[in-house]
Amino acid sequence: MEAIVVEGLEKRYGSVVALDGVSFEVKEGEVFGLLGPNGAGKSTTVRVLVTLTKPDSGNASVQGHSVLSDPAAVRQAIGYVPQDSGVDRYGTGRENLMLQGRVQGLGRRDLRARVDELLELVGIADAADRVVQGYSGGMKRRLDIALGLIHRPRVLFLDEPTTGLDPEARVAMWAEVTRLAEREALTILLTTHYLEEADTLADRLAIVSQGKVVVEGTPSALKAALSGDAVHVELADGRVDDARAALAQIDAPVETVLDDGKVLVSRVLDGGRALPGILSALGAAGIGVSSVAVHRPSLDDVYLHYTGRAFEAEHRGAAVQPMRGRGR
Amino acid sequence: MMRAASHTWWMIMRQTRNLMREPIWIALLLIQPMVWLVLYGQLFKNVTKLGGFGTTSYVTFLAPAIVVMNSFFGATWSGMAMVSDLDRKFVERFLATPASRLSLVLSQIVRSALQAALQALVILVVALALGVRVHTGVAGWAVIVLVGMLVNAAFAGVSQGLALLTRREATMITLANFIGLPLLFLSSTLLATSQMPHWMRVAARLNPVNWGVEAARAVVLPNTDWGSVGLNLVYLLILCVVTAAFATWTFRSYQRSL
Repeated sequence: MEAIVVEGLEKRYGSVVALDGVSFEVKEGEVFGLLGPNGAGKSTTVRVLVTLTKPDSGNASVQGHSVLSDPAAVRQAIGYVPQDSGVDRYGTGRENLMLQGRVQGLGRRDLRARVDELLELVGIADAADRVVQGYSGGMKRRLDIALGLIHRPRVLFLDEPTTGLDPEARVAMWAEVTRLAEREALTILLTTHYLEEADTLADRLAIVSQGKVVVEGTPSALKAALSGDAVHVELADGRVDDARAALAQIDAPVETVLDDGKVLVSRVLDGGRALPGILSALGAAGIGVSSVAVHRPSLDDVYLHYTGRAFEAEHRGAAVQPMRGRGR
Repeated sequence: MMRAASHTWWMIMRQTRNLMREPIWIALLLIQPMVWLVLYGQLFKNVTKLGGFGTTSYVTFLAPAIVVMNSFFGATWSGMAMVSDLDRKFVERFLATPASRLSLVLSQIVRSALQAALQALVILVVALALGVRVHTGVAGWAVIVLVGMLVNAAFAGVSQGLALLTRREATMITLANFIGLPLLFLSSTLLATSQMPHWMRVAARLNPVNWGVEAARAVVLPNTDWGSVGLNLVYLLILCVVTAAFATWTFRSYQRSL
């Protein structure tokens, strides 16, 4: 059964198109990732699904309830962990949880037990009666997640769960999410702009770019669909067309050009074996090469392949740059 | 309705608890009204000689008006808490839950009014110590506290609405200053109506702050006209409903903007 169904969502803010026909489905019990750079439309999609924002057109349903015609039922079925946590910083962790439970309609006794259980579960029981202002980033995020889980929802939305956390806290959070997904039998939809995060956590993922889902599948299937390795060649003199012609002749056709024509990306069956041939072909044509890198298929390449843009560069919002030495 | 009421209660509890954690805030909440009373009371002590005050004791004339002034000033700032809750996305988090939408706005107004009631009591106690006697006794005290709450709630509704429309602290501060002193001086808070120029007297009649001052003062001085007190209370009550409706309407427009 589908826990989440999204059909052709469109949303504009003034002249900015935030969603341009987003569609996907999430099965019950699945951890589904929406991967894309900032501004791709991930958060807007989530905000529609949690009934915060109304789409201009399209529809979506969660646990069979339409976000348009029955938002109240959706709100009862879901837990939402927003990107900006929205926790009351001047209250304690326990007070925040109690208030959240109250408005979710839990009774006093049940709520007390549930709060204690969750504080243990996310590992902030020791800090439960301290004011949130003094929490570390990781502790705040754990509290956010506990707040989303207070009423035992079946579907949890995690909007950028690890943004702003240091690498150590991020890895700990990944373990946490995996554990919670199993223990609370959750369907999770998470958004992220970290490729590793999507790769680690998501059973299935959709890559979102400029308000559209570009491709969808399991991380391994997406990687497998890109047979072979990506060879990145940085040209010394920018003679793109000559280099393109030279590489086409040795069966290493150029797939993408990055960084204003300085870097060519070719897809070949085995990068290591193809490298000498590529270099000699370019050398024979008199084309200078400043660096070469071989990339095993990664989500970076999946992203690059389907959007025609390097992930890292787009994420920074800077001019497109080569991904040197990021092969895995 | 039950849900809205219970959610409003929980939201008020949260705001109150947070404020209780601020000792300086509590201290100022209690001291501020005393400062008004003592400062103005001393400054304008001899002004009753001009006549038309209904009493020769200026502090008796002033005390009920200070309750109203304090409620009014407090209310103009009440929207700041909403701006901060909007900024921190506290409101958004609850919009994705079954939380009553009404409770998110109403709790701010009711909390503000309860605060005003507490301050009204403090002022009355201090006034008592300064020799002010409420002519109508316990009923008078109750009316004064009620007036304090109504004036506060009426302007808190405006402040919440403006907070939801502007969502900016700087704009809120400017607006509070803009309406604060003019409405104070267009009322008989500090001076008897008979000492005002004619046009100000007319303007004061349309000023909700003055409705509160007239009602609160009438129960303190002798010869209380209960009909006029009741009428002023009704005016204030109607205004409360109108501004609460305004605040609720701005909340919907905020939701639509998300």
